[in-house]
Amino acid sequence: MIATENLTKRFPRVTALDRLTVDITPGVTGLVGANGAGKSTLIKILLGLSPATEGGATVLGMDVSTAGSAVRERVGYMPEHDCLPPDVSATEFVVHMARMAGLPATAARERTADTLRHVGLYEERYRPMGGYSTGMKQRVKLAQALVHDPRLVLLDEPTNGLDPVGRDEMLSLIRRVHTDFGISVLVTSHLLGELERTCDHVVVIDGGTLLRSSATADFTRGTPSLAVEVTDSDTHPDGAAALRSALAERGLTVRDDTAADGARAPGAGRSVLVDAANADTADAAGNDTDDEAVYDAVRDAVLDLGLGLVRMEQRRQRIADVFQHGTAQPGAGAGNGPQYGHGSAHAPQPAVHATQPQKGDGGDVA
Amino acid sequence: MSPEPRVPPPAPAPPAAESAPQGSAGRQGGDVIHDIGYRNYDGPRLGRGYARRSLYVQSLRGCYGLGRSAKSKVLPMILLAVVCLPAAMMVAITVQGHLRQQPLGYNNYVIQLQPVIGVFVAAAAPQAVSLDLRFRVVPLYFSRPIEHSDYVSAKFAALFTALFVFTSLPLAILYLGALLAKLEFADQTGDFALGLACSALFSLLHAGIALALAALTPRRGFGVAAIIAALTVPYVLISALQGIAASQGVGSAPGWIGLGSAGTLIDGIQAAFLGGHSNFPGGQDPTTGQASVYVLVVAVLVAGAYALLLRRYRKAGL
Repeated sequence: MIATENLTKRFPRVTALDRLTVDITPGVTGLVGANGAGKSTLIKILLGLSPATEGGATVLGMDVSTAGSAVRERVGYMPEHDCLPPDVSATEFVVHMARMAGLPATAARERTADTLRHVGLYEERYRPMGGYSTGMKQRVKLAQALVHDPRLVLLDEPTNGLDPVGRDEMLSLIRRVHTDFGISVLVTSHLLGELERTCDHVVVIDGGTLLRSSATADFTRGTPSLAVEVTDSDTHPDGAAALRSALAERGLTVRDDTAADGARAPGAGRSVLVDAANADTADAAGNDTDDEAVYDAVRDAVLDLGLGLVRMEQRRQRIADVFQHGTAQPGAGAGNGPQYGHGSAHAPQPAVHATQPQKGDGGDVA
Repeated sequence: MSPEPRVPPPAPAPPAAESAPQGSAGRQGGDVIHDIGYRNYDGPRLGRGYARRSLYVQSLRGCYGLGRSAKSKVLPMILLAVVCLPAAMMVAITVQGHLRQQPLGYNNYVIQLQPVIGVFVAAAAPQAVSLDLRFRVVPLYFSRPIEHSDYVSAKFAALFTALFVFTSLPLAILYLGALLAKLEFADQTGDFALGLACSALFSLLHAGIALALAALTPRRGFGVAAIIAALTVPYVLISALQGIAASQGVGSAPGWIGLGSAGTLIDGIQAAFLGGHSNFPGGQDPTTGQASVYVLVVAVLVAGAYALLLRRYRKAGL
């Protein structure tokens, strides 16, 4: 879909992209980076609107520096900012943008009606867009990017300004763009949590250089763990510590909770993290049975100690964790790295919400 | 404005559509909503030239408020009526009074109605470019197959056409009236043709100036004010200077002074080359030499405005 080779873009003052070499395959790809990481510059170059200082890029197999017009005919673009004239209806606007992409008048009207329906805009599409809500505007913006049936769409911060519900709807819509429409997607965001749910592949850039490019599964792979929280009792004043040693005796791998949460939250000492796929029982195939064996062991241990079980939940590693402990580079500098705070607030473990605010502190990954 | 059928959203599709391979949603339960699914587009993609033409047509319609809200249509339509009304009245007078000549020549009609035309162009040019800047539609255009130069040429051509239609429509009314009054056919046709040339030149220069000014600001109000000021202030000033020069009896001075404003430039050229008479104070036409300089200045102004626009949009990326 997209391949860049030593792509460099220098402005008089700054280097926006620095020898970026990345290969993006069909599917939904997330492009993560803080503001100023070079996302917009990359999109501009991919659309053939800005010449690279060095290196080159191909989109859909076409060289962007020589075939910009042909690339843009088959690529859709949804800008981050507002781009809708308020006194025009969504239908008129999208029809016009379809014709601007080269569709004949009749086809433009048919595709507009189809596309607006697919993004979930119905009767209101005949009204002037000035009166639309942010969610509806985002849908129109997405529709104009899809109306000419591109093979690839570039979505720049499509969830900006949306409330949590609107955000979820937009994310599932983006997912559908690939699964139902067969259109590949490159979506930028500074929120890792969103991309984790939407993307097959995540590319992280920072300061114009490639930090990491790999499948979402690779980010989140690794040992799934089990968080167990217990009460204290008279015989065991520190229930968690007692459980920890009891589980260790049973041959389970017990970890310190802070290792996963990144910061010691209130009450973090009360919970115990257990590797769900245990070394004793783990094998490549049947993870489920492993998990069950671990669950049983935990249950028995808690019972033997006579403690109360408060919660026991499965916890998967999130992309943000990987950055926190793995790939974060010391040189990235304060406030310069991707911001996790918001994103992980949407991660599917409501029980760990309390730990989130610390995590996003200053966005400092170093 | 939208001719597509108003199908209610969950369109009850014919049973055949149920088997559409991509039919995604709504298969569950008894009251099934048939989603006809996403359809790919295999038809022609007409490319850059077609996109540029689409932008031209859309911008031209936009100058008259077509395809926009009813409110946007009011001003252009009133102005169009105002610019045509004197022509219709003159036709009535010519026909009723059995005059042998129209009260006002074709060229002079354009020059005399400059204020109205000025208001029209001051409204149309910001409509054509300032709104795109203000609502940031420009980046969207550049994500389509067109290049930056296509945007400039489409907008320029659209405003020129809008102005040309605006100025030549009353001339056409005059011409039809002249034929109705059975005035000399050959004379009238010749004069009408020269009148169209005059209005084309007028439109070209004014479109250039107005567009270059309007593209500087995303604020429509500023654009309107700047264009009206740029068209009327020099014209009034130059006319006054010409009047003083003429009353002092400085022979060639009014001609040279006339170089200073868009209105007097067109006036001078039409008087010297397009068979009209100038409206300069003192009634003196510029000499052929002077008028040649006029033509040169107009060419430089138009080319300069175009170059400015190209420069303005070269940087306007995403």
